Amino acid sequence: MTAPSTFWQTEPHDHPEGSSTALGFWVYLMSDCLMFAVLFAAYGVLGGNLAAGPGPKDLFDLNLVAVNTAMLLLSSITYGFALLAAYQGRQRATLVWLLVTLGFGLAFLGIELTEFAHLIAEGAGPQRSAFLSAFFALVGTHGLHVAFGSIWLVTLMVQVLQKGLIAANLRRLLCLSMFWHFLDVVWIGVFTFVYLVRMI
Amino acid sequence: MRKPLAIQMLLAPILLLSGCKFDVLAPAGDVAAQQRDLLLISTGLMLLIIVPVMGLTLFFAWKYREGNDKARYAPEWGHSTKLELVIWSAPLLIVICLGALTWVGTHLLDPYRPLSRPAGSTAVQEPPLRVEVVALDWKWLFIYPDQGVAAVNDLAVPVNRQVEFTLTSANVMNAFYIPAMAGMIYAMPAMETKLHGVFNVKGDFQGLSSHYSGAGFSGMRFKAHAVDGPDFDAWIARAKASGQTLDRARYLTLAAPSQNEKPAFFASVEPDLYDRVVNLCVAEGKMCMSEMAALDAKGGTGLAGAYNIAALTYDRGPGVAAWQGAPFMVAQICSPAEAARKFARAPLPSTAADMSPLMGHGLAKPTGWLSLPPKLSIAQTRPAAPSDL
Amino acid sequence: MANDLPVPSFLLGRLTWEAIPKEPIVLATFAVVAVGGLAVVALLTRFRLWGYLWREWFTSVDHKKIGIMYMVLGLIMLVRGFADAIMMRLQQMMAFGGSEGYLTAHHYDQVFTAHGVIMIFFVAMPFVTGLMNYVVPLQIGARDVSFPFLNNFSFWMTVGGAVIVMASLFLGEFAQTGWLSFPPLSGIAYSPYVGVDYYIWGLQVAGVGTTLSGINLMVTIIKMRAPGMTLMKMPVFVWTALCTNILIVASFPVLTMTLILLTLDRYLGTNFFTNDLGGNPMMYVNLIWIWGHPEVYILILPLFGVYSEVTATFSGKRLFGYTSMVYATVCITVLSYLVWLHHFFTMGSGASVNSFFGITTMIISIPTGAKIFNWLFTIYRGRLRFELPIMWTIAFMLTFTVGGMTGVLLAVPPADFVLHNSLFLIAHFHNVIIGGVLFGVFAAISYWWPKAFGFTLNKFWGLVSFWFWVVGFWCAFMPLYVLGLMGVTRRMRVFDDPSLQIWFIIAALGAGLIACGIAAFFVQIAVSIRDRAKTRDLSGDPWNGRTLEWATSSPPADYNFAFTPVVHDLDAWWQMKAAGATQPQTGYLPIHMPKNTSSGVVLAGLATVFGMAMVWYIWWLAALSFLALVGTAIAHTFIYHRDFRIEAAKVAQVETARQNALTGAA
Repeated sequence: MTAPSTFWQTEPHDHPEGSSTALGFWVYLMSDCLMFAVLFAAYGVLGGNLAAGPGPKDLFDLNLVAVNTAMLLLSSITYGFALLAAYQGRQRATLVWLLVTLGFGLAFLGIELTEFAHLIAEGAGPQRSAFLSAFFALVGTHGLHVAFGSIWLVTLMVQVLQKGLIAANLRRLLCLSMFWHFLDVVWIGVFTFVYLVRMI
Repeated sequence: MRKPLAIQMLLAPILLLSGCKFDVLAPAGDVAAQQRDLLLISTGLMLLIIVPVMGLTLFFAWKYREGNDKARYAPEWGHSTKLELVIWSAPLLIVICLGALTWVGTHLLDPYRPLSRPAGSTAVQEPPLRVEVVALDWKWLFIYPDQGVAAVNDLAVPVNRQVEFTLTSANVMNAFYIPAMAGMIYAMPAMETKLHGVFNVKGDFQGLSSHYSGAGFSGMRFKAHAVDGPDFDAWIARAKASGQTLDRARYLTLAAPSQNEKPAFFASVEPDLYDRVVNLCVAEGKMCMSEMAALDAKGGTGLAGAYNIAALTYDRGPGVAAWQGAPFMVAQICSPAEAARKFARAPLPSTAADMSPLMGHGLAKPTGWLSLPPKLSIAQTRPAAPSDL
Repeated sequence: MANDLPVPSFLLGRLTWEAIPKEPIVLATFAVVAVGGLAVVALLTRFRLWGYLWREWFTSVDHKKIGIMYMVLGLIMLVRGFADAIMMRLQQMMAFGGSEGYLTAHHYDQVFTAHGVIMIFFVAMPFVTGLMNYVVPLQIGARDVSFPFLNNFSFWMTVGGAVIVMASLFLGEFAQTGWLSFPPLSGIAYSPYVGVDYYIWGLQVAGVGTTLSGINLMVTIIKMRAPGMTLMKMPVFVWTALCTNILIVASFPVLTMTLILLTLDRYLGTNFFTNDLGGNPMMYVNLIWIWGHPEVYILILPLFGVYSEVTATFSGKRLFGYTSMVYATVCITVLSYLVWLHHFFTMGSGASVNSFFGITTMIISIPTGAKIFNWLFTIYRGRLRFELPIMWTIAFMLTFTVGGMTGVLLAVPPADFVLHNSLFLIAHFHNVIIGGVLFGVFAAISYWWPKAFGFTLNKFWGLVSFWFWVVGFWCAFMPLYVLGLMGVTRRMRVFDDPSLQIWFIIAALGAGLIACGIAAFFVQIAVSIRDRAKTRDLSGDPWNGRTLEWATSSPPADYNFAFTPVVHDLDAWWQMKAAGATQPQTGYLPIHMPKNTSSGVVLAGLATVFGMAMVWYIWWLAALSFLALVGTAIAHTFIYHRDFRIEAAKVAQVETARQNALTGAA
């Protein structure tokens, strides 16, 4: 083995700010994914425990859920457009697409809250049975994530307005985009395992 | 060697004081004895590697101390494939042995499995004594369905006769444990577990809860009397003489939290009581879990059943969730006739032991040259009663 | 308490005059803590240290300072947790022959719950996180962690959790459920008052910190290594830290969600873990152990790293079997997820399930055994210097093997059927946690103390502490093994068999010896600080170390390394020394460093208030603090300029001062 000569970096070198952020956010998303995994597991274990009460077929309205799914999927597409615009440096287009995304997100939340209110009014609240507890916890946690995503979206819109599409903001837009798409993926799981499978 | 002697002198009174209380190491039942054997064999197997490691640690630390210039010093030496092979394979070999022991032992000593050999018994085919156990806050209730009696914090079983405990709990988790008899098993609300055991030695043994269950947990003690036939009959007669009846109302007062209960006896027990305890429907107007499960299997009761809460709630301690609404009251759904039908049981399966060599679920018994010779099975390495064979 | 629950009021929720415990023991404790606290506050004010603490420590994002603060938190909580231990030993020693002892069930049940919770979450975890925080960036040649602000925030969340748990001592009660709070006992029906809520919110607040710190350190190790440090050239401690943080990220979310479900049961009346309406308490037991078993490896793995570093350094020799050490660590990481059921063999799973989990548990002992052998053969053909760190390591090797053996015994399901929940189990896990984690922490403290403070620890008092701890440990826990074999169960408050008493007396004696060990440790710190002028180490490398943290000054400058080291070999600093490649003394460059921020303290403070408000049902305060929390978090994202430049001249000044001191001393 020849002895190496360089042991210290003496030349100036660049440490791009936030170079770890994307990875860090990925890891966070994976930890979040585990939280959802627990909720899915709970739903898997408790989903059949109706406690002699109403079951999925009595409660779920697939049409409504389909519309809701469309809202969320569309919001993911529009977020994609927002990010494309951001990378092209088109601030106005970015903001418009973000606004559209927010609209879809809020529509999703609105429909979900309507569904919840309807269920509770019928006596099928989270206290009624373990099935409903698991249902409300899983769907509700997802909804809560969308709500926080929306708050974050508004915050980012303000920041883009204030500072423009600077590197820090682009990085944040990217993180939120990962978050938003992640929620989409989780929702596909929810739609399939919570609603669709139980209705067939 | 003065020092070890001094230590011995110190230890002797301690050992004497403790006498023969090593319930786990010197048990009175065959199951616990097999568990003990497994414990000792495993310890021995592991000592094969633990003792050399501990010895080498001390020896190397001493030999390669800084002051010792005679020891070889090889500062760059950090790898040896041969050594690596040894240090990975030695534990591996021991774990393979232990794993085989574990697989067989776990299946043989599965608490759900009827005993294959109540050692010392002359009548292996004698049906096991059935005892239904309910863990209450904070005492044990033992129901003898075949004798029709019940006892609180006092258990008697005939020596050398297999006992089949079926266990449940009224509200929180407990573990039923008679250290000298057959290990422990959890008793859990709305669920039923089983434990098979036997006493081979007469005597009074300690029984307890070995899973913390709240304020009165320390007092959940009882004496397990291993007695011969006549004494067992006398014990039953004593319970019969108590004149007390354990019906649903009496059970509910008994189930109220209390600590350090003295033994108590009941001459008769309402037939469905234990099933109702397991199904959380002792109290009037409660739907039984079995019925609830049957309804759930059919897809629930639809929206009409949404408000049917009162018959289903069971966990009613002093506390209620802060944001819980008041439950709606709905009349009872389950008629007594229906309940009786739910509890109708198939006749108990024969408890004759399954003597076939043990395999896991889904694994067929190996045949041909792979099949194990019978002497390898743990059950048969110990002297067994002639009736076993 | 349970039968006369207060009617919640709007302003104060469940908080009433009755919430203040009036037992003499608690009052006396309160008096001591209050007087001590006031004295500390008075001293800090007298010497005008508040500003210094706030600027230099509380708001600091420097991983070294945060690491030290974690260790301080761990030490403070160790004293609290140990006080609980002594109380339990005394109670169990006394409660024979009809005596009820001196603790009521209500008090005793809180004591053993608090002991477990505090020792795991607020002693072992801060110690482990603190060590990783301090050492990892230095060992990988980095200037700080990937997310310095998050690091500060994580620390204060851990403190917030500790504050909530400590508050339960003087306000209301703590959980009386055992350290994992199994439902239905921990459900609202059977634990109606604030105890379990304290438990939940204490762990949740601290858990956020732990998860974030896990993400942070994991990313730091992946992204911030010095040039040339490939994965297989990382020091073993960094490897174990990486695996630990992967375990944290992949297991703490399970704990968080499980506790959220328990919270929903308790606050909203849902039915996850209830007996009725379809709930399933066994699901909680499974979920909590899916977190709980990886958790014990989270605790022990970094200490395995410490032992590796210490053994190699004090043997003056390359670590034996680095590659197999790394693979063993990774094996343990993966396998730790496949064994959770061994915590409840006796819950009635079938024989096949039990044997599967029993055998996977035994398999974990193979890589663990390989590690022990690796340390053994590192000593082989070495030149062992008997300094404190290696003494702790040898004590660990002798103690831990016994604990490992009893652990494998408990993994044999039929043996577990007689030993589960017994004092044998208690002896086993104290055997591995004290003998593994705590001995390792003491090894680490004495090993890295000179790095952190620039002077070595007093050896005499260190030895006193060492012998008291080791002898005390064996004296305190061997009797518990014996008692376990007599069929004595854990968490008992009173006993009826007088022949058991002698063993409890021996155990209490052992606890007394450990108390002396803790006291000697604090004396050691005090004496070392007093004599620091004599024991000062200017070289930065007092032990003739092998890894990069010894390549810089002690204590390291804010920026750790004036020049980023370039790595060619596993023992980078060892190789540099062999090549005579000391750090250049000219040509310094400006360095970017993160700025301090008070956001972490504020956010964690608000989270703590939120937790307390939820415990006491003070809904308006909970809503308010939650909104403030979200608002502050958003406001924090509007701070864009988070770093500053240390100019080259300033770097040159610091480095030259160090060189001058070194040559002056020589």
